[in-house]
Amino acid sequence: MSSESTWPLYEVFIRAKGGLDHKHVGSVHATDARMAIEHARDVYTRRQEGVSIWVVRSADIVASDPQEADALFEPARDKVYRHPTFYDIPDEVKNL
Amino acid sequence: MTAAVAQRAVPSQAARVEYVLRLADTSLILAQRLGEWVGHAPALEEDLGLGNLALDFLGQARLLLTHVGQLDGSNRTEDELAFLRDGPAFRNFTLVEQPNGDFAHSIVRQYFIDAWQVPLFEALASSADADLAAIAAKSLKEAQYHHRFSSNWLLRLGDGTAESHARAQDAADTLIRFTREMFEPDEVDRQNIEAGIGADLAAVQAAWSADARRVFAEATLKLPEAPPGAPVGKRGDHSEYLGYILTDMQFMQRAYPGASW
Repeated sequence: MSSESTWPLYEVFIRAKGGLDHKHVGSVHATDARMAIEHARDVYTRRQEGVSIWVVRSADIVASDPQEADALFEPARDKVYRHPTFYDIPDEVKNL
Repeated sequence: MTAAVAQRAVPSQAARVEYVLRLADTSLILAQRLGEWVGHAPALEEDLGLGNLALDFLGQARLLLTHVGQLDGSNRTEDELAFLRDGPAFRNFTLVEQPNGDFAHSIVRQYFIDAWQVPLFEALASSADADLAAIAAKSLKEAQYHHRFSSNWLLRLGDGTAESHARAQDAADTLIRFTREMFEPDEVDRQNIEAGIGADLAAVQAAWSADARRVFAEATLKLPEAPPGAPVGKRGDHSEYLGYILTDMQFMQRAYPGASW
């Protein structure tokens, strides 16, 4: 498995069915984007998990700094009024 | 056109059985070979990829063997046909029993088969044998993915490093001679083709050659000429490797007859 360490890592996003969004499901090693799609298909859609795949180089993802988590996310904690929980959602609305 | 239909040759029962058995055994033995990669592939992702391929070919073999058991009137099950026949009764192409070798050998062997299966299943999807047509239509989608997988790998190996290029070329030079029987029709092929059951091998070969020339050129590899003289597996003439494969594959049913779980 030595070659794996030299292959770049790709993050994999799968859309479960039409109309839903792509969700992050994991990652694969691959030499290029096309191989990453095939690996993602073989690793993550064996049980009909998806109808569409996105892959993106892990190195291309810009992440927030965990050190700044408090500054970024704490201020939202006491603002429950921003949650849309004060509405009655009709039964007919799916996937909200 | 009724006259033409009436004149259509009716293949012998034996020829019909033989034709499907060749397809079934080719898928079965290749599934077994691909399964040997599980736990040994160069990367976890390829391990799963090759395992998926093996399962696709096993699925084809199951459907085709079941069809054989009905066609020949013996009512033998897929398991009886897979596990209780000896080497000379197997009708797979000699190509698929060749050892996995290095990764390049497995990929070249796979590509040769995939580039054959795609046009073959396209043609068989309109076979006069309705069961065979249904199996071909289902398997065609798998074959198209397999072809994408193996041709992409062939491009990477051929157009990769000097080492991977040399290994891919060596694999092609070694395995090309086993491709002749895929396209050289014998009496079984002719009877089934004339009856509209079998695929026109000249058309399949034309598609295979055009695809192979394109992929090999893009992979900067040389597509060798296939010399004559390789054992013709579809007539039961095999290389020394088939016996070892069957020893592995059939061990359980031989040692514990009728065992199931």
